Amino acid sequence: MSEETIKKIILKEDEDYIINMGPQHPSTHGVLRLEVCLNGERVKYMIPHIGYIHRGMEKMAEFNTYKQVIHLTDRMDYLSAHINNEAVCLAVENALEVEVPERVKYIRAILDELSRIASHNLWWSAFGMDLGALTTFFYGMRDREKVLAIFEESFGSRLLHSFNTPGGLMHDVHPNFRKHTMEFVKYFRKKLPDYKNLLTDNVIFHNRTKGIGVMDKETAINYGVTGPSGRGSGFSCDIRKVAPYGIYEKVVFREILYREGDSFARYKVRMDEMEESLNILEQLVSDMPEEGGFTAKMKPVIKLPEGEYFQRVEAARGEFAVFIVSKGEKYPYRIKFRSPNFSNLFVLSKLAVGGIIADLVATCGSLDLVIPDIDR
Amino acid sequence: MNSVVRYINDIYKGVISLWAGMRVTGKYFISPGEIVTEQYPENRATLKMEERFKGEVIMPHDENNQHKCTGCGICEVNCPNGSIEIITKKVPNEEGKMVRAIDKHIYHLSMCTFCELCIKTCPFNAITWGQDFEHAVFDRTRLTKVLNKPGSSLKKKEVKS
Repeated sequence: MSEETIKKIILKEDEDYIINMGPQHPSTHGVLRLEVCLNGERVKYMIPHIGYIHRGMEKMAEFNTYKQVIHLTDRMDYLSAHINNEAVCLAVENALEVEVPERVKYIRAILDELSRIASHNLWWSAFGMDLGALTTFFYGMRDREKVLAIFEESFGSRLLHSFNTPGGLMHDVHPNFRKHTMEFVKYFRKKLPDYKNLLTDNVIFHNRTKGIGVMDKETAINYGVTGPSGRGSGFSCDIRKVAPYGIYEKVVFREILYREGDSFARYKVRMDEMEESLNILEQLVSDMPEEGGFTAKMKPVIKLPEGEYFQRVEAARGEFAVFIVSKGEKYPYRIKFRSPNFSNLFVLSKLAVGGIIADLVATCGSLDLVIPDIDR
Repeated sequence: MNSVVRYINDIYKGVISLWAGMRVTGKYFISPGEIVTEQYPENRATLKMEERFKGEVIMPHDENNQHKCTGCGICEVNCPNGSIEIITKKVPNEEGKMVRAIDKHIYHLSMCTFCELCIKTCPFNAITWGQDFEHAVFDRTRLTKVLNKPGSSLKKKEVKS
């Protein structure tokens, strides 16, 4: 932001028309306040105000043992809860140099991809609804329900399943897990053409998203925009490819990249990623070993050796990273979470300038923000 | 001339995409297939949750009003939110010695985050998940529950033969 703009923001010229979008606005998907300065219908500048759902997760984690920290990460990005859990577990396992069974790696990766599909599916439903296409919401919710049924069967909860634990998993998965996952893959492949006909090929949708909120590669890198939003601008940032963890080294898949950088490119990245996740699922489910246990042998009280540990994973919205500083006690001395949505939000103030306010909703929706992940 | 061609082209494309979208809607309108909507609460009698469903923490009692909880307090230590409180008392055993036993196992459902650490770490499998999910009440105090039933006692360990 230039010095002139900052001066304008502080002084607030008389002709500036400032409205607050949020904190209770349906298109922000949570308690996020966007202070928008308008000139007619054009946006002059936009400042996001965060902190409405701040819970002090990082401070709270300092008074929890490593096993208890897991359930806090669920509540950050609740749509990719399993992937967040995995980041902490991998960091602790790397610190203790514990080798988890091969089967656990497979199950974790399967659950990652299922979470990713469920998350992108919900985003697809909500994005259509943001732009006024209510139909997509019902179709998306119907198919997401199938994933949630698999989750409920194995973990007993649909959204916040603290299923990972340092060293493996809480329980073994349900005996029907493999069968139901294969059924879902077949089911969802059949439904994807419907998605294409309903929204991807729609002319009104093209007019609302093509050339809107254009983010070039340089901006994406400067602001640290990762995940599908970054890959829509041609920024290769898939952690599954860049720094593989778990079983991802053995899996054959391609990283989805689009170079246009507009809202439609970000949309296409997510749609293609859902298909790619189905390919990954097919490979993993057929290779998954039947036996081999679900947890490595761990001490009841986990104490990390003194030092600093870092682990990053590819969550549904971008790069999620955990940085642990340990002083050799059973509580972490400091935990820093790098959440993808925090970085993805602040690029919005750059993308919104010059556009009209209806396009702000489209751009905000295409970045796929989850507000509890921003505030933590 | 160009703009006229583009105008007609746009209308043509618009009609085609509208037709494609409406066809999906029409397909489900004519043949709904599987009906996914659950008629809750009308289906309460037949509604069955999954076997592993995390409804609330319960303490199973057998027909003699006996449970397995010794009052060791491991669940209380492992709970991240302080939703479990253990109050113990001293009771005489068969030999007349005073030993520790559970007086009240207090469970605050309002603070529970369903992380499963208490159930996972219980060395006696005294607590488990209940299937009840209708937790709405008019008064907050009703969410604080005492898990061991009044007059209940510790189940004797089966002697291995």
